[in-house]
Amino acid sequence: MRFLLTAICLVSAAAISFEILLMRILSITQWHHFAWMVISLALLGYAASGTAIALGRQWLEPRFHKAFALSALLLSVSIVGCVELGQRVPFNALEMIWNPRQFLHLASMYLIFIVPFFFAAFCVGLAFTCRGSLIHRIYFVDLFGAGLGALLIISLLFWLTPPQALVLLAAMALSASVIMMVKVTAGGTLIAAQIAWSAALLLTLQQGWVELRPSEFKGLSQALQVVDSRVLTEKSSPLGLLSVVESPRIPFRHAPGLSFNAQSLPPEQLAVFTDGEAISVINDFAAGPGGMDYLADVTAALPFRILDAPKVLVLGAGAGSDLLLALQQGASHIDAVELNPQMIALVRERFAEFAGPVFDHPLVDVHIAEARGFVARSNKRYDLIQIGLLDSFGVTGSGVQALNESYLYTVEGIRSYLERLESGGLLAITRWLRIPPRDSLKLVATVIAAMREMGVSQPESQLVVIRSWNTLTLLAGKRPFQPEDIDAIRDFAQLRFFDLAWFPSMQPGDANRFNQLEFPYFYDGIAALLDAEAGNFIERYKFYIAPATDNRPYFFHFFKWRVLPEVLALRKRGGASLIEWGYLILVATLVQAVIAGSILILLPLARIRPGWPAGIAGRMGSYFFLLGLAFLFIEMAFIQKFILFLGHPLYSVAVVLAGFLIFAGAGSGYSGRMANRLEASGRSPVQFVTGAIITISLGYVFLLPTCFEHLMGLDERIRIGISLALIAPLAFFMGMPFPLGLKRVAAQAPDFIPWAWGLNGFASVISAVLATLLAVHFGFTAVLLMALVFYGLSSLLFRN
Amino acid sequence: MPLNRSCYMVICVVLLAASAVAQEATFTENRAALVRELRAYAERDSTLPGGALDSRVLEVLGEVRRHEFVPDGQRAQAYKNHPLPIGHGQTISQPYIVALMTDLVKAEPEHVVLEVGTGSGYQAAVLAKLVKQVYSIEIIEPLAQEAAERLERLGYENIETKLGDGYFGWQEHGPFDAIVVTAAASHVPPPLIQQLKPGGRMVIPVGGRFQIQSLLLIEKTLEEEIVTRQITAVRFVPLTGGH
Repeated sequence: MRFLLTAICLVSAAAISFEILLMRILSITQWHHFAWMVISLALLGYAASGTAIALGRQWLEPRFHKAFALSALLLSVSIVGCVELGQRVPFNALEMIWNPRQFLHLASMYLIFIVPFFFAAFCVGLAFTCRGSLIHRIYFVDLFGAGLGALLIISLLFWLTPPQALVLLAAMALSASVIMMVKVTAGGTLIAAQIAWSAALLLTLQQGWVELRPSEFKGLSQALQVVDSRVLTEKSSPLGLLSVVESPRIPFRHAPGLSFNAQSLPPEQLAVFTDGEAISVINDFAAGPGGMDYLADVTAALPFRILDAPKVLVLGAGAGSDLLLALQQGASHIDAVELNPQMIALVRERFAEFAGPVFDHPLVDVHIAEARGFVARSNKRYDLIQIGLLDSFGVTGSGVQALNESYLYTVEGIRSYLERLESGGLLAITRWLRIPPRDSLKLVATVIAAMREMGVSQPESQLVVIRSWNTLTLLAGKRPFQPEDIDAIRDFAQLRFFDLAWFPSMQPGDANRFNQLEFPYFYDGIAALLDAEAGNFIERYKFYIAPATDNRPYFFHFFKWRVLPEVLALRKRGGASLIEWGYLILVATLVQAVIAGSILILLPLARIRPGWPAGIAGRMGSYFFLLGLAFLFIEMAFIQKFILFLGHPLYSVAVVLAGFLIFAGAGSGYSGRMANRLEASGRSPVQFVTGAIITISLGYVFLLPTCFEHLMGLDERIRIGISLALIAPLAFFMGMPFPLGLKRVAAQAPDFIPWAWGLNGFASVISAVLATLLAVHFGFTAVLLMALVFYGLSSLLFRN
Repeated sequence: MPLNRSCYMVICVVLLAASAVAQEATFTENRAALVRELRAYAERDSTLPGGALDSRVLEVLGEVRRHEFVPDGQRAQAYKNHPLPIGHGQTISQPYIVALMTDLVKAEPEHVVLEVGTGSGYQAAVLAKLVKQVYSIEIIEPLAQEAAERLERLGYENIETKLGDGYFGWQEHGPFDAIVVTAAASHVPPPLIQQLKPGGRMVIPVGGRFQIQSLLLIEKTLEEEIVTRQITAVRFVPLTGGH
């Protein structure tokens, strides 16, 4: 038994690690969004395994150990194989609007990546089915292994490259296979296969056979096409793959928003790509102070025309361009916040000579932190808080990041920055310009909402917006702009051919002068957002520009259904950029998951209909389905709620995922004993457990915000400990309903177990997508409340 | 038998020739259909400053053999109004965008035009039929070579290409009546603006490779002032109920 439980633990750890790693790998080779879609669908492998077990149960039962060992071996092979094979599919996400063949390529990707998840779940499902008496313990090690796996891969990714990590996970699955051989008597062929695969894995690791090949349409691939360009170094971590590129013959000259009238050009630069996209540049220090003069001619330089020797906070320092801007413009001190320590290390160490002492300048303090977390914990005040351009235009323009949560640009976020400003301070945000406007107007709407919350009665007098042909810079003042500020802004813009989109007392004739648009979109839009009828304008606008909030942190979501027919019709006439793909992809993923899930799970299972007691199929089927939905809804809502508290999305994913899985595992392990005790006292265990889940969750909905606010200033490790302590009781109870249900099914209709496993898996697949879709529309609190309704319903189903 | 074999070969050659002729006819037909489609779009909702597309531009699009400029595997798609990948992470633009860009430069027969980003050479070929001379620069070596060979093979004598950095233009042939940049960078290189003649025009597509959002038109007035306009290809009013 100990061997079996160890093997299950290894398989579960390998599977969840692989899921997280695959997200990394596909984010590097493709785009984050498509990575998410492919993985959501690939998880159907879990559900499909239930079907396979149900269909082959009689044959499999006497061959349990061998079947498990073979499945674990195939998991190991497919972990490496699917990544290699997946990269050979000529899938180009960007071409999907034009080329229907891309959908076939996408379908091939799904099929390829389903395989490892199928084999992982086959091992666990097989154990459930063939070792019914151990259900509680199997479920415990399954969850415990998954929790450990989540922690393991995130720490491993700081040390290993994704291909190396891939081989390690394959080795974990292989060792599960080897462990199971202890119980197999005649398994010569299988042993030979294990030995051969071990050798192959070692060679793969040594020879570096698995290589990641990013899409040729990503920024990095394109840069490498240029004559003589090459990657100087790469650094990998769970935060992204950083690639530093040199192009000596045709140097990089990245200067977004540089004026047509710029008097000097950017110096030579090295480019740093994150996951093959999102360019940030290291400027050549040898060019001397004059080499940075070009920075005075970008829209982001505007605040320095108003402020004298400001104390600056740069949120998102990247490779340091915004710091250079602040230094060049006479900042008296700079706090630079950057999420990725490797980015700082590259500029400080490996490229110190080229970059010069950007981060080690006497006026600069560097902080490795997430922007919102840093602001919440800091009690310093600044004259200027600067948020620059860190995403790439291509990605912004294609609308694929619609569903990336961003806490940087929410009402609460903007409010927290404004509160950190000195009385005459400025918040400056620069974004890429899109036409017709989407994010720029949403940003303005968000800033106005934050100001109104703070009691600003006339936000129009505290707002300035200018634009070049491709960037827009917004200034939000702590106090109204003065006439001399306005003069400085006008001069700055006029000299550089930048257009004014808003300043206090601006007249329509001041707008749209240099870079003329068909309509004065920006001035009209901002004027409408400042008007009493702003709500009506937001409603009538063809893109979704209502302010983003922490509860609905989808700043990049602009899609409205009613515009879809119009923009689709305009596609061939050059209107393809009007289509907001991110949201459509999410909906498509949900539809695909439901259809594929039904075909893979429900149809084949429908063939098995032995004489179950009345009501089992409908009632218990719904019970397991609802549990699958509810568990992930809560988990996803908590990941979101903990991001700000833990100060980092990655910490939140790791801590919440591991916490939920490990404590739920513990709960499931204890569920048998607790059920006996409760039943002995005449109480229904499921009712008790779901009642506990609902009570604790409701308590958290009301208490967590206050709790977080007070504990935010504590040390990182203590905050992680508090988070785990908060998750523990809830997750402990959440681990119980599934094994309690299985126990009943095992007693009343053992043939229903694969159905339970399949339906639960099916619901888990749908729930990740559905939760995001619901959060986009109703917010994460609503997702959490909905999960509680599901728990309530499942309790009723169990009772009746 | 020898006789039979030669018969077989003759039949093969005849069939191949016939299929080539048939394919050529299909291309010609598809090209004409594409031009009709583009004309209909332009008439229906042109956002061009001067109204509808210049008929000369559409005539030229009806002449240039776009299928020669796409990879073999993409030839069947050559006359669809789509952008197509041409290898090395590059694309050949959507024909409607090519038409709009060509229209915006207001090409005249005596003009000398600079193109930054040769790509497959299609845009250069279109321009070459409207102006005296086209100079085109490409930064990706294989593309530059392929385009140079292709343009020579197709007999475009008034196009000169080179591999190099487009940021500084092509000083010795400047100033230019028009400059076409085929992919937007983070900023418009000031040296290119300097190489534009007074009265000259520069056009740059803004957006992703498969999703152009607008066309940036930069005009240098006779007084050497810079006026820019950003033109969306389609008429789309973002506010329901009028603007």
